[in-house]
Parts: sequence; C-alpha cells; structure tokens
Amino acid sequence: MSSRPLFPAHAEGPRPARLNLGRLALYLCLIAAAAAFLFPLWVMVTTSLKDMEAVRSGSIFGWPAQPSLEAWKSAWTSACTGLTCEGLRGGFVNSLLILVPSVALPVALGAVTGYALSFWRPRGGKLLFGGLLIGLFIPYQVFIYPLVRILSSVGLYGNIGGIVAVHTIFAMPIMLLLFRNYYASLPMDLFKAARIDGGGFWTIFRRVVLPMSAPIIVVAVILQVTGVWNDFLFGLIFAGSDNLPMTVQLNNIVNSARGAQEYNVQMAATILTALVPLIVYFFSGRWFVRGIAAGAVKG
Amino acid sequence: MAQDGSISMRRPLKLLQGQTALLPGWLILIVAYIGTILWTARISFTASRSIPVDTFVGFDQYARLFRSNRWVQSVENMLLYGSLFILGCLIIGFLLAVLLDQKVKGESVFRTIFLYPYAVSFVVTGLVWQWVLNPSLGLQKAVRDLGFENFTFDWLVDRDRAIYVLTGAAVWQASGLVMALMLAGLRGVDGDLWKAARVDGASAPRYYLRVVLPLLKPSIFSSVVLLGVAVIKSYDLVVAMTSGGPGNATELPAKFIMDYLFGRQNLGLATAASVVLLVTVIAVLAPLAYVQSQRARRIRT
Repeated sequence: MSSRPLFPAHAEGPRPARLNLGRLALYLCLIAAAAAFLFPLWVMVTTSLKDMEAVRSGSIFGWPAQPSLEAWKSAWTSACTGLTCEGLRGGFVNSLLILVPSVALPVALGAVTGYALSFWRPRGGKLLFGGLLIGLFIPYQVFIYPLVRILSSVGLYGNIGGIVAVHTIFAMPIMLLLFRNYYASLPMDLFKAARIDGGGFWTIFRRVVLPMSAPIIVVAVILQVTGVWNDFLFGLIFAGSDNLPMTVQLNNIVNSARGAQEYNVQMAATILTALVPLIVYFFSGRWFVRGIAAGAVKG
Repeated sequence: MAQDGSISMRRPLKLLQGQTALLPGWLILIVAYIGTILWTARISFTASRSIPVDTFVGFDQYARLFRSNRWVQSVENMLLYGSLFILGCLIIGFLLAVLLDQKVKGESVFRTIFLYPYAVSFVVTGLVWQWVLNPSLGLQKAVRDLGFENFTFDWLVDRDRAIYVLTGAAVWQASGLVMALMLAGLRGVDGDLWKAARVDGASAPRYYLRVVLPLLKPSIFSSVVLLGVAVIKSYDLVVAMTSGGPGNATELPAKFIMDYLFGRQNLGLATAASVVLLVTVIAVLAPLAYVQSQRARRIRT
C-alpha cells in the first residue's frame, strides 16, 4: 500500500499507432467488451420495468413499451421471501442492522491490532499475523459447525450478535493485512518520537496513528461494506430466521417461488439487492480497487 | 524486529498494553480457527449423524466419502470449473488490461464497466444469469424471435453443459479483478522496453507476449491465488444459479458440505469432506508459500 497511484495518468505501454484504422479497431474491441459486460445489467433493468405480459411476449433485450415501476413495488413490499410475503423491505433493514456493527467492529479491531503489531512489536506478533493470514485461504466449511456450537453456547447463535461475531472473525485476516501493511509504510521515527515524549499505547494510537489512518480506513470500510452486504453463507447459517439478510431473502424470492414465476419482480428484487454495493463502487472506484489490490499484494 | 524492540523492552509495563491489544486476535486464531479445525477433524473420525457422538470409526467416513458419486462428481466439477474459470479470467483480464493500456480516451469509464460485476454478490450474479439463460424466455427466445428459429442455447438445463455456463457467469463476475491487477502491473513496466523491442523489430502482440507477460508474474500470481480461493469457496453462485443441478451437474464440494451439514444431517461425512478440502488447500498452498519464501530470501541475500 504505497502512495503511488495504482493507475498513473500516463500509460507506459507502446505509443498509440499512428494508423487510424488500428485505433478504430481498438475502440471497437473495447466497446464490444463493454457491451458484453453491461448486457446483464441492461437485461435486469429492462425486465424489471416490464409487466409479465411483456416479459412473455417480447425479447429480453427489448425496452418495454410501457415502462412501469409495479414490479419494483411488489419486490419491495409484497414478494414472498419465505414464509412471509412482505417484500425485501425487511431484508434491507436486517442487512443494515448487520452491516453497521459488522463494519465498525472488524475495522476497529484491525486498526488496533495492526498498530500493535507494527509499532509495538510484541512477542509472538509475527506468529499471530502469519496464523491469521492462513485464515484467508481456508474454506469456511471447516469452521462452520463447531462455530455454530460455540456461538450457541454463549447465546450468540441465530441473532444479530452472532452474525456480527462471525463477520468479525472472518474479516480479521484481511483487515489486519490492510492495516499492518499500511502502518509498516509509515515512518517508525514518528512513533519513536511519541514514545520519547512519554506517550502510552492508546495516546499514541489516538494522537499520532489514527489521524494518519484516514486513507486505509476508507479502503477497509469499503471492502467490508461490500463484503458484508454481499454475504450469503454466514447470513443463512448464523443470522437466524428473523434476521435474514437481503441476499438470502432475494434467493428465497427467486428459488423457492411457487406457481407462476414473476421474472420482472425477481429482477427488480435483484437490482434492489445489488444497489448498495453498486452505489459504493461507482462513487468510490479507485478506493475499491485499492482494497482488492491490497488483498492481493501479499496474497 | 530486534532493533526496534529495544525501546519497548525497557518498559515492560507498556509492553503489556501491546500484548493486551492482541488478545482478540489470539482469541480468534486459537478458538475460532485452530479450535474449530481440530473439532471438525475430530468429528470426521466418528460415526456422527445429526448430533456429534464419540463412537470413533477411523477413516470410515473418508472411505464412504470417496465411494459417494455425488462427492466424486463435486470434486471433478470443481477441477473443471476451477481451471476454466481461472484460465478464462486470466485471458480476458489480460486482454482487457492490454487494450486499456493503449492510452485510450475514457479509460476510467471502461475500467469502471469491466470491474462493476466484481462489486455485486454471487447471488445476484447467479440470479441474473439464470434469467438471461432461461431456455423458454431468455437469450434462446430472443435469438429465435430474430428469425433463427432453430437456435438452441439451453445449456443451463443441459447436464453436460450447465457447468460451462456456471463458469461463464463466474468469469463475467471476476475477470475485471484480473484486469485491475494486470493494469496496475502494466503501469509498472518501463516504457523504454517498448522502444527497445521496436528497434529489434518486434510487433505489439509479440512484445506483450514475450516481454511484458513475464514481467507481470507477480500480478498473475496474485490473481491465481485470489481466484483459486474463490473456486474453493464457491457456494453462493451455485445455490443461486443452478442449485447444483440438473442432477449433480453443477454440484461443488463447498455446497456438498453445506448440504450434508445442515440439510441431510450427516456430520461425519460433511466434516470428512471439509477436512479433505482443507488438506487440498494446504497441499496447493504449501509449495507456493515455500517458493515465495525462497524467492524472498534470494532477494535479501
């Protein structure tokens, strides 16, 4: 995580060919690729704006003759998400309730642990760091059953507390990686000066380290917001039936639907669920990339 | 480590605070990671069905696992899906990065478009593609309506082909990631290399394949590791897109384990399967980690 921008303004590759034909082919390729990437999004949007009659008769590519937000309304308020048919509203609220603590806690924990590891260098720190990093690669299925038992023995199974605990446990490696690498790039002298001035553990963290951590906190928050919002597995197992996140309820709307399939409602629900991470992504592009790149650097 | 540790060594009280701050980390590592792995491994050697019991049966569960057609097919599916997925993402990601590296106008717009699928969840990815590939109302019908009446594209419900459309959806979701990593790598390539290559008479494709690609090894390595981890963890995408079907055609190990843990109440078999998955990951990662550490040592000396 250096301050070097990931994508410097000037490409260093071959100079563009003078031949305009070549440039034209280049742009045609790029536009074709962009169309291929955008096409599912287009289909999602157009389908969600149709009524079922138009879905059945027309092409999935086509723009509806009479666009309407009816499907969006039923996706939000009346689609069946399991036993109840009250739309995705509840799932949205659940996802928010899960999101806030599941972002705040791991980010705080990652920051403090990364700070302790980088600047205080406690004994065993490297072992802890290495051990937690291995956690990045291990399939979750190995942990899940015992974790269900452990969490239920302390009353943290099937409620918001439980799902927050699970998100915290599994976000720890990547959060630690982000913060430790960032702090390792800060000058040690700053820390030494603060030590000579008599600063204690928390004072140095609050006064010296935290004010310099803004960029990495932004990266960590973006990574965690999209990660938690997009989670399906943990929400399904640990949140409990009253707190199922939006992703799980969305999957119920589509895959446990009885009778006639309302594809327009399904696509509206799909967009609604994708909206939060998409908005985060479109407004934070560069930071988002830094997050995924940071995860890859020391992978 | 030693040279900076000296300050804290002189003040053992302060050092204690540093250690206390690590407590949550140690707790997670020892209880939530190591403890649960050992517990899972222990169950896998018992005859546990819906609740864990202490009747040890040695490797019986493992033997049963590999006699199970569903498991064997899950593993085979994962190998096919995993290799096509990683290869597909690498090729598409690299091509997109090279195209974007030609000083194109609106580069950031293209970059945003190629990476946005990576921001949406696997559930969303699976559901969208399930709809696009819907045999009666999706792509197949759209093309037939254009006049190609015999056009058939029903891979989603085709036992032999469903795994390929699952892979396609996954590639759509993740190739932007490779594009971003490769592009970052390309920007670190010295521009003079191109001038030198051109003096030697190399064409652009040759330059990218022979000169640039070897320089991108770190980006390729990171991509393969990230994508490989995604393959092993693949669960949501299958659940949303095909539920493992038709038949067991798109069944994957991670889903097999979840089904036997929670749906079919067969703890012994499910835990044995997760241990197999864990050992596979270690078997793949250990040599990679060794190579990395050797390389790091060589650079240091």
